[in-house]
Amino acid sequence: MSVRKRMRGALSRLIMALFFRKKSVKIGIYGPPNAGKTTLANRIIHTFVDDNEDMGVATEIPHETRRVIKREGVLIDLKRLILNSNSNINSNININISSSNRNRERGTRRSRGRARLMFDIVDTPGLATKIDFRDFMAYGMEEEEAKRRAKEATEGVIEAIKWLDDIDGVILLMDSTADPYTQTNVVIIGNMEARGIPVIIAANKIDLPDATPQRIINAFPQHRVVPISALKGDNMEELYEEMARVFR
Amino acid sequence: MKKWQGSSGEGEEGVMKGGGSEERTGIEMNVVSRDKVESMGSMEKLRFILDGVKSGNIVVLEGGLTAEEQMKLIELTMLEVDDSFTGIEISGYPARRGLLNLRKKTRLTIIGPAAKMKTIKKDKDLISAIISTT
Repeated sequence: MSVRKRMRGALSRLIMALFFRKKSVKIGIYGPPNAGKTTLANRIIHTFVDDNEDMGVATEIPHETRRVIKREGVLIDLKRLILNSNSNINSNININISSSNRNRERGTRRSRGRARLMFDIVDTPGLATKIDFRDFMAYGMEEEEAKRRAKEATEGVIEAIKWLDDIDGVILLMDSTADPYTQTNVVIIGNMEARGIPVIIAANKIDLPDATPQRIINAFPQHRVVPISALKGDNMEELYEEMARVFR
Repeated sequence: MKKWQGSSGEGEEGVMKGGGSEERTGIEMNVVSRDKVESMGSMEKLRFILDGVKSGNIVVLEGGLTAEEQMKLIELTMLEVDDSFTGIEISGYPARRGLLNLRKKTRLTIIGPAAKMKTIKKDKDLISAIISTT
């Protein structure tokens, strides 16, 4: 993409943001397989829509989500959430964060409890550069089923990439227990920067003993990193505040 | 996978003949100059890479691929994944900011078959990878 095209894209986004603010924005949850994307989508839906509604099924088998799933009209309203004293929110996590993130954290805390954002949530299949049906057989699948899942998984990756054209913001979910400096993560961030699409990095699985979200913060110092546990609901309020600030 | 005999000398199509009689196997590596990379269009570049990698070769591009080209390469790869070709391993030095901090300058990208190449460590100036010959 040429510099001129990028400038034109950024300019048109700025004009759209200033004069034609959308009532609802499309937020895509992207990341590698097994980062916890569907768990995060389910957590958001349970908190703000319906405790009994699921976006998708989350399991330990990679590529469980093989089709993009969209849920329209999700309203993040932290004021109402706090009044309702939702027990899912737990922001009392002691995480060692870098000074730049700590400064941004202070700015976020000032607005705590007032965040409001209407958006459509888009849960995407995990992005990968390789898919081997034999990997699925290790989870007890028959060869035929494993091959079918591998085929669907490749289609899912393509669909997730195509959806980038329609997305207004991205939550890039990374596993805090894994090496963050993978080419897939670098490629997603590079593409978002080139398209001028805002990104929040969520460092997931901080409830696990070997989680080191600081590695993700160090790897991507130019981006806001929010350490969370989508499964346990840890630090989710901070992510919602950041989403309301960055994506509105 | 290429086979050759001996320890020195030149042959044709990856076969090396020399003093020894021991048969060796190896991986072909194509290192492409920045001039060549820049002379190719995006699709031509991606096709060249994918054809090379599907043949079992490692492709090293001086100058590298942009993030958009890498995303397109992932998309093309997924279209071609089957029982025998499981995908690619791709690694590259991160791009540097160029003129007026607007243009990103890519540096180097290495791409290989996922079945044979695995990146074990990567940072902004170092890529460590294992390449299997079996």
